[in-house]
Amino acid sequence: MNVLLNDMAGEEKLNQFIARIEAGEKIEADDWMPEEYRGTLIKLISMHGISEIMGALPEKEWVPKAPTLNRKLGIMAKVQDEMGHGQLLLRVAEDLLKPYSKKRDDLMQDLFKGDLKFHNVFHMEAKSWGDAGLIGWLVDGAAIISQTNMLGASYGPYARALQRICAEEVFHAQHGEAIIMALAEGTEEQRKLVQDSINYWWESLLLFFGPPSKKEVGTSKQDITIKYKIRTSTNEELRQAFFSKYVKRILSLGFSIPDETLRFDKESETWIYQQPDWGKLKVFARNEGPRSQDRLSLRRNSYEKNKWVREALAPKII
Amino acid sequence: MRNESLKDIAIKELLLQLADDDFIHSYRGAEWLGLAPHIEEDVASASISQDTMGHAAIYYKLLDELGEGDADKLAHDRPAKERRNAIILELVNGPGHYMKDPDYDWAFAVVRNYFYTQAKAIKVQSLHSCSYEPLAEVAQKVQMELYYHLMHWKTWFVQLLGSGHLEAVSRMKAAIGKTMPDFAGVFSLGQYGEEMVELGLIEGEAVLQKKWIEAITPIFESVGLAATIQIGMARGDGRNGQHTEDLEKALKTLSEVYASDKAASW
Repeated sequence: MNVLLNDMAGEEKLNQFIARIEAGEKIEADDWMPEEYRGTLIKLISMHGISEIMGALPEKEWVPKAPTLNRKLGIMAKVQDEMGHGQLLLRVAEDLLKPYSKKRDDLMQDLFKGDLKFHNVFHMEAKSWGDAGLIGWLVDGAAIISQTNMLGASYGPYARALQRICAEEVFHAQHGEAIIMALAEGTEEQRKLVQDSINYWWESLLLFFGPPSKKEVGTSKQDITIKYKIRTSTNEELRQAFFSKYVKRILSLGFSIPDETLRFDKESETWIYQQPDWGKLKVFARNEGPRSQDRLSLRRNSYEKNKWVREALAPKII
Repeated sequence: MRNESLKDIAIKELLLQLADDDFIHSYRGAEWLGLAPHIEEDVASASISQDTMGHAAIYYKLLDELGEGDADKLAHDRPAKERRNAIILELVNGPGHYMKDPDYDWAFAVVRNYFYTQAKAIKVQSLHSCSYEPLAEVAQKVQMELYYHLMHWKTWFVQLLGSGHLEAVSRMKAAIGKTMPDFAGVFSLGQYGEEMVELGLIEGEAVLQKKWIEAITPIFESVGLAATIQIGMARGDGRNGQHTEDLEKALKTLSEVYASDKAASW
């Protein structure tokens, strides 16, 4: 009898919850939410947060190497912002994790165990100053498209964090574009840096938005996130938006895109393109990308080497 | 040879010292990116390193305006023997590379950063009455940011030493022992030091050093450390171009892209 009552209450709660998000209300950290919603948010936001943190590592290499004082200042500010985004997002994730008594420490352990994934682009190598520019221009450009899609997210704390993050990402994309423009207007070698970067990163940029449907990699969270109004557009719609925004810009600078089949089909109003190797997403998820292990090992290194600092700062148990 | 007045030479020397100190100090800070003890600290110390690089850029630009050459060239294209930074600031954070197996010591970072930031605050305070007005103006701006940097590193210094955590305290003491023997290099004004003082650019080495000791003594005492502060220049005086291999390596990294095409616009 009690069980039945609880179930009824649960169903009613769920209906109320759905009605709230349908009405455009924001869900807050202490509000009741279905497990599926909480679980989806935890996965999404902790992955987003940890990706920001892991994303600082490929660019870090180029912070000291940036070729002028202004570029040094620019990239320092950018990497600091990314870390700040990571911190903001992990705080949002930590609130969601409370009912499970899990903390940031647990998220770090999940990362080291390979349970918490980070975005495919941050498994790649940043080989040159051209890559440092391209990451800002196109990777952050792609991130803006994917994140603005969630600005209206039904979960209030995430939506508010994204407001700030997206505003800063716009600066990052401008910072990246400025680096690329300087190289594009420069010597043959400098232009080659950009072309090599485009060739190297193109597939990763397409993978970044995720598979069009479940059938490419076996799973996809996009249906659930749309159902709960965490996002509005599908992966494919976002990828199409990326093409519409950047293909012309890349070509107008005189660079080529490593896909001879890429074209805009007027009839269907869609971009036709060579499908990336979707299997690579699984490779990255297993932390077997070109730089996955190096990045994890840097993160682990910092975590282990500074254990004494965390202990020294921990509140004393008397 | 340009016919420069002694005042011009002394001003340029002082600017080079200030610029080179902050440039290399910022680099050592930036090497910690992504490696700091926690994410909040990563954000905070990255912000401090960025401010510090900004200060270096301001000093290089003043030199540029004085006809010493392009600020980027001054920052990236001078060999170690022409650098004026204090040796303590160029020493590595620890063994390993910032991208591979770094074995960095947070205690050394905290001690060096606190000592240097306190010393910088005293020098910048002295520059408020610098007879070279553009530098006196810059000092006002730098001081505003420095207030927060100093508060940050002082907090770390006191917290770790006052933690009662055995390893933390022993690491911090070791880091103090490592920093002191070369720290006097930060106060050295180099071969034109006397002229700098006579021309009213900055107070003398002994005065600056005394003020620094006065500032850190109560902090030492607050965490139960005997305030026997003895600093030296064990490895030489960076102001005169004496440097270690650590600086050579750092400069190679800092100028890697710049040096790939010095004539290009980046």
